[in-house]
Parts: sequence; C-alpha cells; structure tokens
Amino acid sequence: MKTLLLHLGQYFIMIRKVFSLPEKKNVFFKQLNQELKKIGLDSLGIVTIISFFIGAVVSIQTAFNFESPLYPKYLIGYATRESLILEFCPTMLSLILAGKVGSNIASEIGSMRVTEQIDALEIMGVNSASFLILPKIIAAVLFFPALIILSISIGIIGGWIGCQTVSITTASYLYGIKYEFSSFYVSYCLIKTVVFAFIIASVSSYFGYYTKGGALEVGSSSTRAVVYSSIVILIFNFILTDLLLG
Amino acid sequence: MIEIKNINKSFGDNNVLQNISFKFEKGKTNLIIGESGSGKTTLLRILIGLNKANSGEVLYDGRDFINLNTKEKRKLRQEIGVLFQRGALYDYMNVEENIMFPLTMFTNQSHEEKLHRVNDCLEKVNLENSNKLSINELSGGMIKRVSIARAIVMKPRYLLCDEPNSGLDPKTAIIIDNLIQKITIEGNITTIVNTHDMNSVMEIGEVIAYINNGEICWSGSKEELINNNNPELNNFVFASKLFKRLKKI
Repeated sequence: MKTLLLHLGQYFIMIRKVFSLPEKKNVFFKQLNQELKKIGLDSLGIVTIISFFIGAVVSIQTAFNFESPLYPKYLIGYATRESLILEFCPTMLSLILAGKVGSNIASEIGSMRVTEQIDALEIMGVNSASFLILPKIIAAVLFFPALIILSISIGIIGGWIGCQTVSITTASYLYGIKYEFSSFYVSYCLIKTVVFAFIIASVSSYFGYYTKGGALEVGSSSTRAVVYSSIVILIFNFILTDLLLG
Repeated sequence: MIEIKNINKSFGDNNVLQNISFKFEKGKTNLIIGESGSGKTTLLRILIGLNKANSGEVLYDGRDFINLNTKEKRKLRQEIGVLFQRGALYDYMNVEENIMFPLTMFTNQSHEEKLHRVNDCLEKVNLENSNKLSINELSGGMIKRVSIARAIVMKPRYLLCDEPNSGLDPKTAIIIDNLIQKITIEGNITTIVNTHDMNSVMEIGEVIAYINNGEICWSGSKEELINNNNPELNNFVFASKLFKRLKKI
C-alpha cells in the first residue's frame, strides 16, 4: 500500500512538471511532429492488420452463433459494428498499443535516464519532464482517436470480407451496420480512447522517467509500463463504461 | 569561484560526505581526487543540484545554489557546463544538433549565428567538419570532445567534469586534459574535474582536493602532492609499483 501511494505521489509530481509551458514553442512543435510520427503513424500498420482480421473473425463467429433462421441475417453486421465500436477498437486496441507504444516510450525515456541524458537536460536548465513527456502525451491524445476511427472502418471492412465466407449477403451486412446506429456510441468510444491514450503515454513515461540502474532496469521498466498501463486501462474502462453507459 | 561550506550527505545510514568545505578557484583547473566510492561523484552531483545535500552551502560567486528558487536555479545552470562520465549526448541528434541544442533552447540567435558558434566550438575541440556525424559513429575520445563542445557552447562561467578520462587510452586522455585546461585558461572559468587518473593529476592539477571516507583529507598543488607526507594520500597516489619507484627517485 505504501509503495502504491509512493508511486501515485511520484506520478502526480511528474504530471505537474509535465504540464508547464514549453520553453521554446518551435522546439516543442518539432518534438510533437516527431512523436506524432513515432507514436501515431508508425502504429498504422499493426492497427490495420489487427482490425481487419478481428473484424473478419467477429463477423464469422457472430454468424456461427446466429445460425438459427429465427435471427435476421442483418444482426451479424449489427453485432460486428457494436463489438467493434463499444469494446474492441477502444479497449482491446488500446491494450495492444500499450504494448507497442508504451514499451517504446518507457525504454526510450529509461535509456535516456540511465545514460545521464535526462540529467544533462536538467543541468542545462531544461524542464526534462515537460520537454520529453508532454509531446508524447499530446501526440497520443491527438492521434489515437484517429487510429481508432481507422480501426473501426477497417474492422467493418474485415467483417464484410468475413461475411462473404459464410454466405451473408453484402446487403444484409450493410443493413446491419446501419441498423439502429447511435452516434453516442462513437462519442463513448472516442472518450475512452482519449483517456486510454493519456494513460498509455503518461504511465509509460513515468516508468521510464524514474528508471534507476542500467540496461536490465530499462527492460524491467518497459515491462512494468505495459503491465501497469494495461491494468489502469482496464480499471478506467470499467469506470467510464459505468459512468457513460451504466 | 565556487565555494562549498560544511556539506553533509548521507544515503540512509551511510555517511557519504562529512562536513566538506572547500574553495574552487577561478581560472584554474581544480581537481577532486579519491578512490572509487569515496564520494567524488556525489559531491559533483550536489554541486550541480542533481543530489540534495543534507546540510551545507554551495556558493557560485556568492550565490547560494541550494537556496535559490527554481527559476533562479535554472538561470544559474545556464552558466554551468557539465561534462558527464559517459558523455550524455542525445543519441537521436547528430553532433551539430547536440552542440546547438543549448543555444536553441536558451538564445534567440539565428541558425547562421548558432552554426557559427557550433563550428567555433568544434574547432576548439579539434573536430572540424564532424557536424553531421551521428553519435553512434563517434569513438570514446570523440564523444568526450563533443560533450566538451556542448558544455562550452554557452560560454559557461563554470565547467564541471566527471571522470573525463574514463575509458580512454592515455594519449587521448592527455588530449582531453589539455583541452580542459586550455578552455579554463582562455575563458577564465572555474573548472572542477573529478578524477582518479594520476596522469590527469600530474598533467593539469593546479588545485587538488583529496577525498577519503567522505572527508577532504588533503589539498594542495601537484608539486605539493608529490612531496606530501600523508600516508593515506600516498597509498592512493603512488599505488602502482611504477609510481612508487618514481617517488623514490
């Protein structure tokens, strides 16, 4: 309990340092640009592949469970859409991104810590937390919603391909996709994504920033970043779902 | 001048520094020597604010560094150049960007002005035309020289070096030592070098402080060091057979 409180305290002290005005705006925007590429654009491939195949599998599994002629075929499109928007894209994909992006952030900042690069920044008079972490948080919060929208779109295409393999017509699938569409679900999905993006970037940065030791500790910080980001995402998934849909 | 007064530092029950007071003189290369684990690096980290002393004062030309507020501390830090043991260069930047970084962060100079200053510094450390090299292309000696260039780019009033020769061959180590001394004299800056390399001591040691068990046991010039009668210091300085033989001569 004492350790948990210590970590929480250190985390909020770090967050307070992170949210200060950047010393040089042009340097900040250059950093942000690099982070948008590293955190966002470089994740496009994995997001596309995972979303496509998950969309396809979800539609095939739904079709398999709705075999009874009593169920209308468009329910497959409907169920695929709801699964993707409500849970798979915002939560599952954020967990995957916690692995990819989170470990990358923690190991990058951790390496800088153990090779004294962060000390060098501090000694120059640079607010190292803000300089290194703020662009990462902003890049994640800005880009993850775009990734999730892309993921939903690709997932729906994947679902359509899946439907072709189980003889569901395109018309039925598309009818299901549009059936009883609630735009609030997209808002709910994006709210969750923004919160998860903040969690991934900040928790991973925290574990990197407070790394002590050498290369081995960088590895363990990276692992802890993924584990704790995932746990915090799951907790906030429950809280946000209860608040927004409960 | 940098003055430390009654510095005490402990990690748990381990007293690393005990009541240390010393004056590091301006325009001279001040050396802190001592065995590994004697507290040299901790003292240097206290001087630059990376570790907090339990008690005592660190005065940069009369300005009490420990009690300055964050803004004043940041301002003072821009007057301090630090050479880290492993260089601490940013590996995602090339040589030019590394050296230019403090100028970009703290000045409003145009790119041409910054580049001119970077080239000046590279010339000082004999690394002309190395601007576009990436950090992983540099040898150990080059990393140290680029770090020195970055440390002096803001024309600091104080230069603090932690083990500048660690991991270098004797010839390169002497080049680095001479470079530090040249920069100190040319800029009339207060330089503090942490070292346990006796070649460095003999080459550039103008003011030497010997730390043992967290206390400054001896201080003086390199000439006084050679003729000293302190048994602990002699055990440290003349540890090798070669140095013992030289001492007898």
